Amino acid sequence: MIQLPCPWCGPRNASEFTHHGEVTSRPDVGTATPEEWRRYLYFRQNANGWVDENWYHTAGCRRFIRVRRHTLSNETEAAR
Amino acid sequence: MSRQVGRKRLAPQQGEVIDRRTSFEFSFNGKTYAAHPGDTIVSALAADGERVFSRSFKYHRPRGLLTASFHDPGCMVQVGDEPNVRGAHRLAEPGMAVSSQNTWPSLKFDVKAINRFAGRFLTAGFYYKTFMKPEFLWPTYQKVLRQFVHAGEISPDTPHDYYDKRYAHPDVLIAGGGPAGMSAALAAARAGASVMLVEEEHQLGGHLRWTNPGAAAELTAEVAATDGIEVLTNSVVLGRYDQNWIAVAQRDLSHVRERLIKARARTLVVAGGLIERPYVFAGNDTPGVMLSTAVRRLINLHAVKPGERAVVLTANESGDAAIADLERAGVEVAHVADARTGEDVVRVHGRKDVRAVELTGGRRVNADLLVTATGWTAPTSLLNMAGDVPVYSPKAARFLPGGTADDTVLATGGIAGDGSLDQLCEHAEAIGAEAARRAANHRYHQLAAVPTRNDGKLSKPKGTAATLPELGVRQHPELFRASTHGIVDYSEDVSSKDLHLAVAEGYDSAELAKRFTTATMGPIQGKLETINAIATIAEATGKTIAETGTTTWRPMYTPVSLGALAGRIFEPVRYSPMQRWHEQHNATPLVAGQWIRPDHYGDPAAEVRNVRENVGIIDVTPIGKLDLQGADVPKLLNLLYVNKWSKLGIGRVRYGVMCAEDGVVMDDGVTGRLGEDHYLMSTTSSGAARVWEWVENWLQTEHPDWQVHVTPVTTAYASINVAGPKSRELVSRLTEGVDLSAEGFGYMQVRTGRVAGVDDCVLWRIGFTGELSYELHVPASYGLHVWEALLEHGRDLGVRPFGVEGQRILRLEKGHLIVGQDTDGLTKAWSAGIDWAIKLDKDDFVGKPELVWQKENGDGARLVGIQPVDRDVVPPEASQLVTSRGTIVGRITSSRMSPTLGRSICLGQVDAELAKPGTLLTVHLPNGSKVAARVTEHHAHVDPEGTRQNIDTPPSQPRPHATPVARSPIAPGTKTTTIASWQVDARRSSAGLRLTDHTLLAKVGVRGRHDGAIAEALGTSYGRTIRDNGSAVVVGSGPGEWLVLGSPGGQDKLLSRMRDLVENTGEFGTVIDQTHGRALLKISGEEAADLLAKVCGVELSDAATPDGAALRTSVARLVTDVIRLDDNGVPAYFLHCERSSGQYLFDALLDAGAEFGIEVDGTPAAPTL
Repeated sequence: MIQLPCPWCGPRNASEFTHHGEVTSRPDVGTATPEEWRRYLYFRQNANGWVDENWYHTAGCRRFIRVRRHTLSNETEAAR
Repeated sequence: MSRQVGRKRLAPQQGEVIDRRTSFEFSFNGKTYAAHPGDTIVSALAADGERVFSRSFKYHRPRGLLTASFHDPGCMVQVGDEPNVRGAHRLAEPGMAVSSQNTWPSLKFDVKAINRFAGRFLTAGFYYKTFMKPEFLWPTYQKVLRQFVHAGEISPDTPHDYYDKRYAHPDVLIAGGGPAGMSAALAAARAGASVMLVEEEHQLGGHLRWTNPGAAAELTAEVAATDGIEVLTNSVVLGRYDQNWIAVAQRDLSHVRERLIKARARTLVVAGGLIERPYVFAGNDTPGVMLSTAVRRLINLHAVKPGERAVVLTANESGDAAIADLERAGVEVAHVADARTGEDVVRVHGRKDVRAVELTGGRRVNADLLVTATGWTAPTSLLNMAGDVPVYSPKAARFLPGGTADDTVLATGGIAGDGSLDQLCEHAEAIGAEAARRAANHRYHQLAAVPTRNDGKLSKPKGTAATLPELGVRQHPELFRASTHGIVDYSEDVSSKDLHLAVAEGYDSAELAKRFTTATMGPIQGKLETINAIATIAEATGKTIAETGTTTWRPMYTPVSLGALAGRIFEPVRYSPMQRWHEQHNATPLVAGQWIRPDHYGDPAAEVRNVRENVGIIDVTPIGKLDLQGADVPKLLNLLYVNKWSKLGIGRVRYGVMCAEDGVVMDDGVTGRLGEDHYLMSTTSSGAARVWEWVENWLQTEHPDWQVHVTPVTTAYASINVAGPKSRELVSRLTEGVDLSAEGFGYMQVRTGRVAGVDDCVLWRIGFTGELSYELHVPASYGLHVWEALLEHGRDLGVRPFGVEGQRILRLEKGHLIVGQDTDGLTKAWSAGIDWAIKLDKDDFVGKPELVWQKENGDGARLVGIQPVDRDVVPPEASQLVTSRGTIVGRITSSRMSPTLGRSICLGQVDAELAKPGTLLTVHLPNGSKVAARVTEHHAHVDPEGTRQNIDTPPSQPRPHATPVARSPIAPGTKTTTIASWQVDARRSSAGLRLTDHTLLAKVGVRGRHDGAIAEALGTSYGRTIRDNGSAVVVGSGPGEWLVLGSPGGQDKLLSRMRDLVENTGEFGTVIDQTHGRALLKISGEEAADLLAKVCGVELSDAATPDGAALRTSVARLVTDVIRLDDNGVPAYFLHCERSSGQYLFDALLDAGAEFGIEVDGTPAAPTL
């Protein structure tokens, strides 16, 4: 099991966190076309490499944190 | 007095591990044998002259002792009801009943040995080729093949054994306790590292035990005398995973069968030594063919004479040393074939036993023992799991590490290369010191990242990276197979001939041939056979061994019992404060997520009628409750709910539906406004945790600027719904300070007041059941008191409890949907039949675009009320609705027989065009029959006009009632006492490790900015705890989150003190009483951290988690605050969790603490912090 670098708690086992997927940005609700909105809902980069992810530290500080993770090596970098 | 058991037992040997002072008996296949303590099952049997211990898997050939180690393929036995015991490793015990496996009807006469004669038909892929067609015979094949299964028997009656688990955080973990492992451990420990040294065998020493017992004893003593080394023998490193997450099976414990250690090691040193490999020739699996290390183990460790007359094939010093050992043991060495000079053996003669050995040129030498020393295998698997790819060295005739492992993983000893004992130890010391240096660096960065340390400055570790020394390799002949074919994989009965055939059939790579023949896939997992298999494949393909490459070593390093992997299974459960009452009144339990709830008390239909006619009470504590405070709460509600919230007045309650961004209904519930900036939101019981996370997500990631604080208070309140025409009468008999008249407290309103003498109760007037009803939210510690008061004071009104089933019937009669039951993962809001609530004229709300488009397109199903035409038919839930042509147009989502109407009633989803009232539908029942049903005008089947909930009966006057008693969620022992109105346990214990319930302490939660004025005024922040000048303890329990603890009964004072503190800062902050919402336990004693390490994965060392540390983590899979507050130097931890799981946590701690003799100590009269 990998550890995630929680900026509040220090390194903790990944099982303490909930994965909230790649960082996305919410389109403007007033102007979004169905295509834009569904791209936001369902499409992800799924890169083989560095990815910015949202994680929730469910069993810790209960903060949403951003983690930059390399999907091949599982190396991580934290950002608050 | 010294006794000696066994006909083949030798005189005392220098390094022997048996205790000759005593002996005992055990049985093998019903016959009695004697053993000394220290004997393995097989060494004791061998000492009595036994040579056959099992039959082989496919050909049922007799098998004996080959390696005399854990990895001896022919020595797997059944011990009692435990199968697959490694007989050459497991120590014999008095009275042990051992039997051989894979033999029927007996070891000596095995009918399946007929396979041996049919051997030429049982070649590679025989089973695949033979038992494929025709397919209809597969069940028959299965029965036949089961007769031939590998391994022993399990009994379904075997009681579930107790397995254990713990976490560890060593600086350096060393796999292998031979000379290299011990030297590395000593060097690392001397450099200040904490070391875990893991050895598979029963003693440290590795090969020194039989090559140099004096040196083994010396190093072992040095390890024992050095601080900071935890030695685990009869334990094995099973696997290495990302970031040095390492699984260790520990088998040397007395209180449990096995323990799984989950270690997060800063560095791993792999020092597994070398494994001697067998030689491939005709008859190489005949009992009496042994490896040089096997005879050396037998003679030196167990003082067993391995045979009478031996031939030795030697290619190295281990073979040469074996000759000396044999001669010393009185074995006649009839011939030595020195492979270094080109000599070889061809085959052995004999079936159950070696009779003679045939040498090159056809010469036969009579012998009962053939000893081979033809080379080594480096078990590099742990390195491979860390990214290393082994490289073949033709010079050393074995694979060596490729040097590409992660830099937190190092290798030493035989795996890394060859050398004299001094050279090996010197290399290991350098590796151990470097492992310690890397660990110290890693530790520095870890400590710098945790908020729990005290203010002591961290000093950066000194020392620079050392150039890692390298061990050379010695010349060794490449010796794999003689001129004849023989067994390559002993576990799977795969011969070199099978591998040649596999290659000829096109399986011409190591990975393919391995899978086709199953070579290296048996219980020994390639440790003996990998290199021979690769050499044979190379030979068959005409490639070199280097070109052929090795197969991949994967976890586990050795087979492990499933019990050890399952370990202790933690499944948190949650109980309401009234759970014990429900149990005492024969409630049928319903498991709803983590909650245990009363489904009914015997007759749900009667419970329903009583609610409609009189009054009923139901425990609805699991309903999710979130306390929302701040000026921007209406913005939050407008964003998350599909309906509007800007104009909700104080004292008002509104129903709301939440959708996800895809427009699908996610949760529903009512939210009430308690004060100017204070709201209480309720959620579904199952959705409570999800909605909380959802709310936090929107606040933290999208709107961090909004002033809103969310606090879950689900279990801070015991929730009781009082429903029925007589509910106003009942509630008013116990309520003070609230006008309960119809005009004073209308439908969909909220009040706070005193119920049965308990202050700060929240009363909602809402109606899930359709009756006049009040939902009482009572501070949880008083839940049972209020519940019992309601039953007592409502006796003349006919009050009865009702359960979840009764409530489900009542709400279906009333047509209220249940999210997740009447909706699913595709049900958008318009499909849920809540059109009236959806406000598309709001600028934004979660999921709005999808709902705009759904309205435009009119797509999706519609939720409607449905009644079967035949009033006695209740279509099972999930029954399909179909057209006359069988097309599915919907389904029944809820159905029950209505006790009120005396007919069946349903809710269901149908295609929009069929949703018109009066439409006739066809319900396809699971039994295939079809019944007609009609869409009703409303969802509600009973009282669609909603008159029942508005009945205008006058309230009564409050009556005298029993004095409120506060109760902790943890059941006290039989002896109790009262402290500040709390009923507490009065037991006393002076055990070294004690567990005490401290739930009665005042607990106040404070929220604010993590680095603002509130933080400054409180004097601490996340990670640290201080005592403030008002004798309270302030815990930095989260970022911008504090828990303030005070003496029992002091919560009101503490609350107002904290409110003043927050107010004086001028910063936005909230203060909430958590006294009744949380459980608080204390563990104290020197072994407290050891206990916690069994249930908690966070490092609890003094450096990372010193006195005063506060952190939140998972304890026995429960989210728990861990607060370290030592008692005059004795370690003590407070554990703080959701009240409803308090009993679960308490029980889990007692269970984990049993090995330390933990005892419950009652709550002290004046609890101190």
